[in-house]
Amino acid sequence: MQESSFADSQVLSPAGNSAGDESSLTPEQAIANLRGADLGLRYYAAWWLGRFRVATTEAIDALVDSLTDETDLTADGGYPLRRNAARALGKLGDPRVVPALIQCLDCDDFYVREAATQSLGMLGDRSCVPALISLLAGGLEAAQPQRGIHLSQPYNAILETLGALGASEAIPLIEPFLNHPFEMVQYSATRAMYELTQDSAYAERLIQALSGDKLALRRAALADLGAIGYLPAAEAIAQALAENSLKLIALKGLLDKQVQPTLPLSLSEGAIQVMTLMDKLL
Amino acid sequence: MLSFSPAPHPYFPMSDTLASLIDAVEQADSAARLIKAVRDLAAIRLEGAIPTLIAVLSYNNPGAAVAAVEGLVHLGEPSVPALLEQLDQHNYTARSWAIRALAEIGDPRGLVTLLGVATADFSLSVRRAAARGLGGMKWHWFPDHLLEIAQEEALEALLFVAQQDEEWVVRYSAIVGLELLAYDIGVLHPDWRSRIQSQFEQLVVTDESWAVRARICMAQQHLQAETGVPPLEVDHHVSSLSPLSATDWQTILDKLYERKEQERSERTEGDPRRYMELAVSVAPRTDAD
Repeated sequence: MQESSFADSQVLSPAGNSAGDESSLTPEQAIANLRGADLGLRYYAAWWLGRFRVATTEAIDALVDSLTDETDLTADGGYPLRRNAARALGKLGDPRVVPALIQCLDCDDFYVREAATQSLGMLGDRSCVPALISLLAGGLEAAQPQRGIHLSQPYNAILETLGALGASEAIPLIEPFLNHPFEMVQYSATRAMYELTQDSAYAERLIQALSGDKLALRRAALADLGAIGYLPAAEAIAQALAENSLKLIALKGLLDKQVQPTLPLSLSEGAIQVMTLMDKLL
Repeated sequence: MLSFSPAPHPYFPMSDTLASLIDAVEQADSAARLIKAVRDLAAIRLEGAIPTLIAVLSYNNPGAAVAAVEGLVHLGEPSVPALLEQLDQHNYTARSWAIRALAEIGDPRGLVTLLGVATADFSLSVRRAAARGLGGMKWHWFPDHLLEIAQEEALEALLFVAQQDEEWVVRYSAIVGLELLAYDIGVLHPDWRSRIQSQFEQLVVTDESWAVRARICMAQQHLQAETGVPPLEVDHHVSSLSPLSATDWQTILDKLYERKEQERSERTEGDPRRYMELAVSVAPRTDAD
């Protein structure tokens, strides 16, 4: 199976596409491009359909077909088009694609598995839980980094998705990852354990991580706290040594948990506290 | 270690301490040391630190730039000329940091720049800072007639951003800007304040982000309660009197006029002649010619 290093595992939009390109494409054209022969246009069209939330049957069918594409294959065994298609399908919110994404968890490309895992989490359909659990086979031993940096599975995404899906049956499998040699993986396990147990000790561990030495780790902890929306972290997030934009995103995660999406809005004390902190970071 | 209490005199001769702190910034050989050195230099709050803090904005080290911006913002008005100079340099990163500092200082000389970038900058953090900064201008420094034009421009820009920006955080920031503006604007123009309020009523049910809607709801509550004291601490500590010269105001007015002229040629809207007349009435005889 293709391996990956951590630094590369961030999801990036294709570079070099100006706003002009984005707006000049139409959904019909993007779907035609995706079904066409030009690899560059196909790759971009897959991203575009997700970015602009084109959730029509035609778009979704074309994206699902791209998940088994064999033509866009890199020298080291990567499937760039499949990755983008998997990411886009997570954004389009159609649960009918879940079986196709579960199939992707067997793909040789690490990044396809990672993208599919994240998208399955976004779609919120629990039917993928057994397949995700099977990726944790071998436990912590199988998850040791190879040559110091490479992991065999996208553990961050797997742990986070299991947590977000409320897969409490996975708790015994997730817990050992609290001791993974990579801090990032520890944080993902911690975040999942919090979501599955609501035990504040886990969230407090993430707050501790906000005062870590490395910026990359503080950023990761911010993202994790935002994802779990842990209100008592508000002040610590606002004080963390990191970019205001990331702190604002994390605080928005807290705020979203405080706001009932119904009209008329009523503001909880927590919501007011979080917004007061956000105001100072603008 | 450093004790300049209560406050250092602005024309304090360059002390050994200042010189050595500047030296530490210039000699820093790692990102972490640079950040620490910039923080120390910013903390001393001496105007002599300004050129070095400005230089740090183009070092391409975000941590150091944040510390430098904080230092420049604390010094406030004295930093403004150097920041404005930075806007003309062709270094995009340094320019963005300078804009963020200007937005936080709220100096009227930054107004036209903020108007421009709030609606059009490529970077969302620049748009975000500018939108907040437009609301938090030191409006009490403006001469009466200039105040009206300036606030109208700020109002239009902020309404546009609140409706149109595709990033939630920029719209959120525009709401905060509009709330701040509403406190100041109501005195002169109750109708402008009602425009802000009716925009809030609309966006609170239509914005796609619940976080933005929540912030609108909070703004509505603040405006309704109308305690007279803005809930956000707009920092007016430097002075309630404007340090700007007649030439400064003239320049601001000229730029506002230019901006209007440009808008007119794009949309044939508004009447820039109005500003020509004002230019004469606000600052007569500031130019030698």
